[in-house]
Amino acid sequence: MIASIAPRALSVFERNVFVYRRQWLMIATGFFEPLFFLLGIGFGVGGVIGTLPYNGVEVPYAAFVAPALLASAAMNGAIFDSTFNVFYKLKYARVYDAILATPVSVGDLAVGELLWSNLRGVIYAVAFLCVMFVFGLVASPLALLTPFAVIFIGFAFGAAGFALTTHLRSWKDFDFIFIILTPLFLFSATFYPVEIYPGALRYVVELSPLTRGTHLIRSLCFGDLNLLMLVDIGFLALIGLLGYRHAVSRLGKLLLK
Amino acid sequence: MNLSTSNATALIRARGLTKTFGERTAVDAINFDVRDGEFFGFLGPNGAGKTTTMRMIAGVSPRTAGTLEIFGNDPDTDGPRIRGQLGVVHQQETLDQELTVRENLLIFGRFFGIERKEIAERADQLLELFQLSDRAKDQVEPLSGGMKRRLSIARSLINAPRVLMLDEPTTGLDPQARHLLWDALQRLKRSGTTIVLTTHYMDEAEQLCDRLVVMDQAKIVAEGSPRQLIEEHASREVLELRFPEGTSRISKETLDGIGDRYERLAERVIIGCENGEAAHARALEHGLTPESWLVRRSGLEDVFLRLTGRSLDE
Repeated sequence: MIASIAPRALSVFERNVFVYRRQWLMIATGFFEPLFFLLGIGFGVGGVIGTLPYNGVEVPYAAFVAPALLASAAMNGAIFDSTFNVFYKLKYARVYDAILATPVSVGDLAVGELLWSNLRGVIYAVAFLCVMFVFGLVASPLALLTPFAVIFIGFAFGAAGFALTTHLRSWKDFDFIFIILTPLFLFSATFYPVEIYPGALRYVVELSPLTRGTHLIRSLCFGDLNLLMLVDIGFLALIGLLGYRHAVSRLGKLLLK
Repeated sequence: MNLSTSNATALIRARGLTKTFGERTAVDAINFDVRDGEFFGFLGPNGAGKTTTMRMIAGVSPRTAGTLEIFGNDPDTDGPRIRGQLGVVHQQETLDQELTVRENLLIFGRFFGIERKEIAERADQLLELFQLSDRAKDQVEPLSGGMKRRLSIARSLINAPRVLMLDEPTTGLDPQARHLLWDALQRLKRSGTTIVLTTHYMDEAEQLCDRLVVMDQAKIVAEGSPRQLIEEHASREVLELRFPEGTSRISKETLDGIGDRYERLAERVIIGCENGEAAHARALEHGLTPESWLVRRSGLEDVFLRLTGRSLDE
């Protein structure tokens, strides 16, 4: 099964490689956003705050924020491709109509697109990890595992974004995505510990996929291996699987009428 | 309908093929065979069910009822294997605007799982064949309509398909681009490719098709070679009388007896007859005063008119 699907999914991935060979600068832009947040909030606001207690140890604010920015960079990379680019190919360019006239199936198509959007997330994560090294914000060698860990983040957000995009009717509907993404980015224990939230609100925030992603990456960056990381991975993988299944079923409804 | 069921070399075989969308029946229990090496056409007006039929053959639209075999396989269960041997050109442009002309062929070959080196050779041959070599490195968008259509066809041939499926291939093209395309399709057919096309252009069907079915309102209403269809369903010549003020006030008695049969359209009366000049003389004797008239040989248009009582562009 996997052996027969894999080459076709990879050909869909390859199509994006073709496109971005000439547009690599477009990809580079996504690298700057987390960098600006690191400089402005991590070091700027961090200069006022100083340090923060993390696992009973005082850590510099920038070192606390940086792993969260790495996680959200991976999220943004995956989301961008699985929403804007997918919508363009689905509704406007009819790229998928052409592809489905070949042996490629909707499942292959979704896998190929998700591989690509995930790669984009990984690229941002690796680039940002280098920035963290340069600024001396990496506390543990386990941080080297973050490029692998962000694959779960990319899968969850890529697949969820893809699934959501199949329901969008026009470019105007993209406002919905921003309405979801902005609070997700701001409130998912990105800039402060999740313990700050009072009562039940905290448990709502704990269920944010970005909170889970951030917890996973932050644990690695501080070399703090814990069992909750398995929950992070399981939760992200579950969202990814549900999103993937929904996206495939929707693509079938939209394209194979 | 009497179909030759004994034919062993039918590449595509449909029996009772039906597709409904909710209440609407798009394709209503049609039967047809496409034989190896022939140029087969679906002729009919927009909305007759031609595109839906093409989509079912290509395995991107599951049928509601009936049987459908392509190369002996069922598209419901063997979609990828069937599509691997089909070339499909959609009615609306589906070229990849984010890629160059040559890249469109290269990546399409990858979707079929062909080796890169082989694709590159084939891509260059196809660009040559369709006179696109000098545009190989260009983006798709600035190409003319005719060039885009040729590129779409070239792309659909990257897997050397056994059957090429063309949905309205010349709609929107100027006459010169149409003729260029027709020539290219004739060459392809001579090289052994089976071609299935849909069209609502009579002249296209007459020029290209070895055999065709006429579709109207989800059904097949006639089947045969263009010549057979014309001989069976139309008289030798046609007299067209034009009445810009409308034809509704002309009485049935006036029209009877001018030719073998007549069809009354909004501003035209079409009269089927053996001899158009003689029929025109009779029309004048019957007191008709058309603004203009012409005599021509019968064509598929007249077959369609005869079978459905409507002209194709209505």
